[in-house]
Amino acid sequence: MTQAAEAARAPSAVTATAPLLDVRNIEVVYDNVILVLRGLSLEVPNGAIVALLGANGAGKSTTLKAISGLLKTEDGEVTRGEIVFNGERINGIDPDKIVRRGIFQVMEGRRIIADMTSIENLKLGAFTRGDNEVGADIDMVFNYFPRLKERTGLAGYLSGGEQQMLAIGRALMARPKMILMDEPSMGLSPLLVKEVFAIIKEINRDLGVTILLVEQNARAALSVASHGYIMEQGKVVLDGSADELRDNEDVKEFYLGGAGDQRKSFKNLKSFKRRKRWL
Amino acid sequence: MNTQLLIQLLVNGLVVGTLYGVVAMSFVLIYKATQVVNFAQGELLLIGAWVCWWLLTKYQVPFYLGMPITLVFMFVFGIAIQVVILRPMIGEPIISVIMVTIALSTVFSALMKWIFGVNLQPFPRIFTTQNVNILGLQVQTVYLMSLAVSLAMMVGMAWFFRLSKYGLAMRATAFNQQVAQSLGISVKSVFAMAWAISATVSAVAGVVVAVVNGVSAGLSAYGVKVFPAAILGGLDSVGGAVLGGIIIGLLENFAHFLDSEYLHWGNLYEIAPFYALIIILMIKPYGLFGTKDIERV
Repeated sequence: MTQAAEAARAPSAVTATAPLLDVRNIEVVYDNVILVLRGLSLEVPNGAIVALLGANGAGKSTTLKAISGLLKTEDGEVTRGEIVFNGERINGIDPDKIVRRGIFQVMEGRRIIADMTSIENLKLGAFTRGDNEVGADIDMVFNYFPRLKERTGLAGYLSGGEQQMLAIGRALMARPKMILMDEPSMGLSPLLVKEVFAIIKEINRDLGVTILLVEQNARAALSVASHGYIMEQGKVVLDGSADELRDNEDVKEFYLGGAGDQRKSFKNLKSFKRRKRWL
Repeated sequence: MNTQLLIQLLVNGLVVGTLYGVVAMSFVLIYKATQVVNFAQGELLLIGAWVCWWLLTKYQVPFYLGMPITLVFMFVFGIAIQVVILRPMIGEPIISVIMVTIALSTVFSALMKWIFGVNLQPFPRIFTTQNVNILGLQVQTVYLMSLAVSLAMMVGMAWFFRLSKYGLAMRATAFNQQVAQSLGISVKSVFAMAWAISATVSAVAGVVVAVVNGVSAGLSAYGVKVFPAAILGGLDSVGGAVLGGIIIGLLENFAHFLDSEYLHWGNLYEIAPFYALIIILMIKPYGLFGTKDIERV
């Protein structure tokens, strides 16, 4: 934790160890007109869980799609800056080729294939692999999510939590270096959120998969992440170690809902001070 | 009542129906993977049949060699259509792409007439025995072959979609292209593969029809018969297409029986499938097996 905190204060120290994913000052435009990301930068060290937080419409999902290349399927384009993964520039590459390089996105809303069974969904996760250990990996996924094994019907009839588990399991099947998770807590009960996040932490620890986590549920995200970035209107406005962010008054007030008992009225509600880190 | 004729016609219906099923299956394959209604399906049959006929008559290639060569050619041809003509259309409205397939249909059929002429060309004889006696019924050997080939194609297709990796990828693409891409599937190659397989399967059907009836431009009419079959089964269901094809085949021949024995209207054979289509669509607008989206309530 303290290491990450130090790293945050001195960005040059991080570059010395070369992060797995380095997003440098990217600008994203949809349909050639709508500017969504306005110079966003972030770094994800190898083996870490990093949280990307922010309000609706801040550009969190767009950031993930820019990294995974899925932006292309929505008429979006990275018009400036670069995305470097594992030492190579990856912006502009087709999404299916990015999966082959080791980045797998678990899209918002699970997006499992409803008219296939769980096992077929898992097999598809391994589409880019050529080896014959797919069966063993399916067993591994069932180990993490035992309840998926009992559900043999179509994946479309799974509960929301089970679908989320299937989506994460499907990502594991690709044996990625890095998983981009877009709101794994969406639509889940608080208990299930806890369960899913515990497993995310476990996966990161056991398999060494690096995870970039986009969340509305800042509390849950910061409980598993080592480092966090907070976005607003297409920019990173604050970043730091998870502990630092949790203790930050602004973050408490805006994202954790814990500004405190001392506030009795909204009259004194301060507007958020934007901090520019870049340029 | 002429039972002998009825049974004969029903056997006919079954054989022709499975063929319709095979063509409908290859039609549904393209629709499912790419959302394109392919109006040039009948021409794919025609091209396959002409290519095979050409190899067999002009170059005296034996059938067991000519057929695989035809299929390889059609596989490559299918990829070529997708890559050269349809790939630049990706991202355009689907209706434009459908218009392009209508253009393809016109161009191909004109091209075939230009190259091979408009006359019916008999196919070289493949079997030595013409008829086989099954349970007192004279069945043409080519019909048996047609039935066997159709069934083999159906089993092959079922295996492909259920168990092979690329079949699963194709289903994933049909479900949602963005999701497929997020799984590392190249949508472009899935599209090309769909056209390649569809063209190959159609060519098999084309050759079978040609062996039975000879080759002529009229063969592409199968492309039109495929619509009631595929829509009846549900446009996005491969199994439904097969069943739809069989139903249409049986209906046609049953209508033919009624017509020739009792009604004497003369053309019931042609229109009966379309009447059935209208009635079934009124009752089941998605076809017999077409899927509405799964909604979890």
